[in-house]
Amino acid sequence: MFLSMMTTSLLAFAVGGGLCVVAQLLIDKTALTPARILVLYVSFGVLLGAVGLFEPLVSLVGCGITVPLVGFGGNIARGVREAVLEQGLLGALSGGFTAAAVGCAAALLFGYLAALCFRGQPKRIS
Amino acid sequence: MKNEPYTSRIRRHTPPSPTKKNCLFAFLIGGGICFAGQWLLYLYEALGATRDDASTLVTVTLIFLSALLTGIGVYDRIARVAGAGTLVPVTGFANAVVSPAIDTKQEGFILGVGAKIFTVAGPVILYGVLCGAVYGVLYSVILWFV
Repeated sequence: MFLSMMTTSLLAFAVGGGLCVVAQLLIDKTALTPARILVLYVSFGVLLGAVGLFEPLVSLVGCGITVPLVGFGGNIARGVREAVLEQGLLGALSGGFTAAAVGCAAALLFGYLAALCFRGQPKRIS
Repeated sequence: MKNEPYTSRIRRHTPPSPTKKNCLFAFLIGGGICFAGQWLLYLYEALGATRDDASTLVTVTLIFLSALLTGIGVYDRIARVAGAGTLVPVTGFANAVVSPAIDTKQEGFILGVGAKIFTVAGPVILYGVLCGAVYGVLYSVILWFV
């Protein structure tokens, strides 16, 4: 039990860290901006979900794939698939937002609260 | 003076980019966030949540922590070392939502915070949902024929 938990979390570390290294290389070696990388990772996650690789990866490495933004895309793909199975073509429109709802709502809500509570930090030139 | 090509001449004079160091920190900190998320998942499961709910709760918790750390100015300081290590996890998405929201407070809560909060969230949500919709249409067509 503990051993399998430890294995999964170490795999999560390795795969999650690996995804970050790929992004770092993309930033350092190409002209990709951070925003483009986030978009790229979400789209890649949808692709992983669409070809059926996302769920097996989740059961193998857990948060290594769900915590990086790839997981957001994978969730969208899963939501779309379930919605299409349930309500047909209309699911292509409803599934994505349904699956993304919690993450988006949480980020927007906490973002708004943070804007209420905190003042902007002076920008450092580095 | 030797007439070497401009680009290689520039390369000789620019300091070596610390790519290896950047990648190491990105790996350690990004991997660390995923590792912590995994144990948070086990904690929520131990508290009685289903696997799906626990996974959602991990996302919400990480987004909350990221918003808090962004608010007190700590997240950006970690990000300067971690680079992509704090960008790729969902905490980076949260940071990209919270940071413009705080910075544009002076522009008002409707067109400042309300609009700028989507600076990075907008593209991410747009392309995520767009890809999802394309997949949904293809999947419907496949279901039609199978």
